[in-house]
Amino acid sequence: MADKHSPLAQFEIKTLVPLDFGGIDASFTNSALMMVATVVVVSAFLILGMRRNALVPGRWQSIAELSYVFIANLVKDTVGSEGRNYFPFIFTVFMFVLFGNLLGMVPYSFTFTSHIVVTFTMAAVIFVGVTLIALAKHKMHFFSFFMPPGVPILMAPLLIPIEIISYLSRPISLSVRLFANMLAGHTLLKVFAGFIISLGVFGVAPWLFVVALTGLEIVIAFLQAFVFTILTCLYLNDALHLH
Amino acid sequence: MPQLDFTTYVPQIIWLVISFTAMFLVMWKVCVPRIGGALEARQKKIEQNLERAAELKAEAEAAIEAYEKALADARATAHEEIVKVQADLKAKQDAEESKLSQTLQARIKEGEATIDKALQGALASLDTMASDVAAAACERLTGEAPDAKALEKAVAGAAKARQA
Repeated sequence: MADKHSPLAQFEIKTLVPLDFGGIDASFTNSALMMVATVVVVSAFLILGMRRNALVPGRWQSIAELSYVFIANLVKDTVGSEGRNYFPFIFTVFMFVLFGNLLGMVPYSFTFTSHIVVTFTMAAVIFVGVTLIALAKHKMHFFSFFMPPGVPILMAPLLIPIEIISYLSRPISLSVRLFANMLAGHTLLKVFAGFIISLGVFGVAPWLFVVALTGLEIVIAFLQAFVFTILTCLYLNDALHLH
Repeated sequence: MPQLDFTTYVPQIIWLVISFTAMFLVMWKVCVPRIGGALEARQKKIEQNLERAAELKAEAEAAIEAYEKALADARATAHEEIVKVQADLKAKQDAEESKLSQTLQARIKEGEATIDKALQGALASLDTMASDVAAAACERLTGEAPDAKALEKAVAGAAKARQA
């Protein structure tokens, strides 16, 4: 597809270990490597950070606790006390996306969140899961979600399709937002990085821009993980409390 | 665009499911309970310490109250004691004073009586002394002793004249 210097070459999936299970391609790729690396880094970060389990935490333990408290407060504020049961899942989502984004910022690594199939799979699982929770909790009453209270009955034929479309588009907006941010940011970095050498002495301008952009991308890596998580929480809140 | 290469979808999804599930299990079973436990333990410890501090404060306040009460009691007792001692001393002093003045009075009277007695004695011996002196003077002047009876009469007459 793309040649070696294309800005899109960084997104190419490279098979590292070809695996095949009964005709299903389960090859271990650079994407899979980064996913496994994310799991290992996050687990090591949290487990080793808490190994001393000090009453007065050190720097590392403080950061581990901070990430926990940050998401715990987010869940409490958006979902309420019922969100406690879903906290481990939401915490996993946040840490997985955040470290996936951040590890993708390491030069020559790979950003698995820049692939729509990854973000969409996560969004779809969240969407289906949240809908199942809502159905289990509210049974048929769940469908009143598509008819906001206080709306005149005459508006129903117009409003209900809109509500259904907006509900069904949730996994798409959730996944595209993360994927597009990662794709755009990394492509832009690569494009401007390509100018540095070709412009010679004047390459210092795109070089400075790339330095600034790298900082911005790290902020975006955090921000998008946060947005992905908070939207998950909001969807969960809708499922638990409907309106 | 590599994102649209459908042949890579299946392995990506498979490894996403594997890694995400693994991470979820680690978070769910290990990390979340561990961090949550640490935070809870800290919260508990802080609450315990606050409780303990409140207890100690109450104890300290009780101790201060007791101390102030003891101090006030001690002051009252001391005051009473001082008043009592002062009254005792005053009574003792008064008694001693009156006793002393009585003794002095008695001694003054005694002295006056002694003086009076001595005066009477002196006055009584004055006649004898005068007649002795007169007899001696007469003997020197006349060369012979005067008649005792006449001398006595003359002395008594002189004394009477002096007294008059």
